Amino acid sequence: MQEMKSETNQTGRFGEYGGQYIPETLMSEIDRLTAAYNHYKNDPDFKAELKDLLINYANRPSLLYHAKRMSADLGGAQIYFKREDLNHTGSHKINNVLGQILLAKRMGKTRIIAETGAGQHGVATATVAALMGMECEIFMGKLDTERQALNVYRMELLGAKVHAISTGTGTLKDAVNAAMQEWTRRMDDTHYVIGSTMGPHPFPTMVRDFQSVISKEIKAQLLQETGKLPDAVVACVGGGSNAIGAFYHFIDDSSVKLIGCEAAGKGIHTDQTAATLETGRIGIFHGMKSLFCQDDDGDIAPVYSISAGLDYPGIGPEHAALQAQKRVQYVGITDDEAVDAFEYIAQTEGIVAAIESSHAVAYVKKLAPTMRPDQIIVCNLSGRGDKDVAAIARYRGVDLHD
Amino acid sequence: MTKLQEAFTGENTFIGFTVAGDPSIEKSVEYVVAMANAGADVVELGIPFSDPVADGPVIQAADLRAFAAGITTDKIFEMVATIRQQTDVPLVFLSYANKIFDYGYDRFYQRCEELDVSGTVIPDLPVEERDELVPIAQKHGVAVIPLVAPTSGERVAKIVSGSQGFIYLVSSLGVTGMRDNVANDLTTTIEKIKAVTDTPVAVGFGIHTPEQVKQMNQIADGAIVGSGIVKLIEEQPNNATDAITKYVQEMKGLAQVK
Repeated sequence: MQEMKSETNQTGRFGEYGGQYIPETLMSEIDRLTAAYNHYKNDPDFKAELKDLLINYANRPSLLYHAKRMSADLGGAQIYFKREDLNHTGSHKINNVLGQILLAKRMGKTRIIAETGAGQHGVATATVAALMGMECEIFMGKLDTERQALNVYRMELLGAKVHAISTGTGTLKDAVNAAMQEWTRRMDDTHYVIGSTMGPHPFPTMVRDFQSVISKEIKAQLLQETGKLPDAVVACVGGGSNAIGAFYHFIDDSSVKLIGCEAAGKGIHTDQTAATLETGRIGIFHGMKSLFCQDDDGDIAPVYSISAGLDYPGIGPEHAALQAQKRVQYVGITDDEAVDAFEYIAQTEGIVAAIESSHAVAYVKKLAPTMRPDQIIVCNLSGRGDKDVAAIARYRGVDLHD
Repeated sequence: MTKLQEAFTGENTFIGFTVAGDPSIEKSVEYVVAMANAGADVVELGIPFSDPVADGPVIQAADLRAFAAGITTDKIFEMVATIRQQTDVPLVFLSYANKIFDYGYDRFYQRCEELDVSGTVIPDLPVEERDELVPIAQKHGVAVIPLVAPTSGERVAKIVSGSQGFIYLVSSLGVTGMRDNVANDLTTTIEKIKAVTDTPVAVGFGIHTPEQVKQMNQIADGAIVGSGIVKLIEEQPNNATDAITKYVQEMKGLAQVK
């Protein structure tokens, strides 16, 4: 895809973060994947096939929408939404999944496995696996299968087998553990489509490259409409894939403020939070050296967020490095703020955004009034919120009858 | 010859594994000593981790029992100090990278040196990343035991060059646990290792019968048994001493299997 801009060497380091901390059993497969990715990312046929799928299957480019009512209501900066929620399958996840499954197919794989939190990555994976005629198994925390029951059925409808994982906290972290274990059992015919910019090299770089189409489009679309760069780009951060996608082509534009919104849950000073960049410390887990929420003895701490997609105790290594370089500012958004924003964007703009993306909208609500009307904020709407409607109703104490 | 290498000079070399603190610190000490007294050549002590991705359900459950007993890395070192009053059996730790990284590499290996712990097996630290730790371990005279997998292929030479202590050969794909058929193409991998180094090779993952131990000692230099022992503790957490003793004796070929 694009050339690498951040400091990443052959073993995928971003400053001191990144690397390949995984069992030896998987290393040969990781070596093969790295070689295949390095080859195909520059292969004209591969690039053309991916581009065609992005345009004709995933509905790219996604719209860059000027939210005039919200801009006027907040009384500050002009707010633009990058509508990744309008992609096929309803989130940014399809960008990465198309790239990785296309690559897996080139590598001769016939079976795809993936983890999922909210279910958006699982749905995207099941969708593309169906499209390409590949076998598909999805690993999802048991708690998440309950929070996102509709997405479980949607994946099954698409022909995937969904495993509910009850070990540990029964959330995204445990789904990743289970998917990695499955990969160590069977890698000859199987590719593990990691859904975020995390895991061992080459995943953080590869997923970033596949998602960087978001910032590439934002830049072109905004230049065409306004002739300017944005003053700020805001995105939610779980593992970090939609955020790095939205930030990537602006990293070298020092006038553009980049803000990642992580899930503070009930607050970063409580133990019910998933704000890794604010409360975590350096560690080694899930194949990478990065920041993780940990207890005093180096065990991975349980994290909490209303959002199943941000409920992860780690962060992609490139984000850890961007925070260390002070290039990106990371802020925590609480459940309450995210739910308020979920309702606000629905009522102001007629958009039901994912609860994950609503974390970014919540920060835009705070940021916009502090800026001038000639300034521009681009907020990445990473996914649509249909999947969250029932949970938000419950949060508000509404009893839904089917 | 180091203490670990010496452990491989007898017949039927047997390495027994247990999770430190399973089901309690006192009992765990007793079980390690029982293994040593029953003839285990090396005891491998697992440091429990919240997310043991290379382990199957038996060892995961043991980790949870140890956490319930309040185990921490500091308490494990205290436990080893107690073990050292009763046996000088060679000890190695099995630990995920983060437990050692977070404790501090130098501080961790310093404690190992003080307590005569001979080595560490780190399942999520491949050769690509081990340089950040190996010089520190070496400074304290502790071996970083490399893992070789059935999938290692061309990587074998790179992994085993400069190895110390022993080489942990993973018998099969997947995670720890008991298996009836341990992969038959192990001999090819062992030949590849032997072409590069004289460091002894011990085979682990799936081994749980005396016949398998014997077979591994014929094709390699020793066998590692984990889940089979941990299962005995799961069955009778507070009364497993006799069962462990008998099991290890059988594995060593010192007692008749009934």
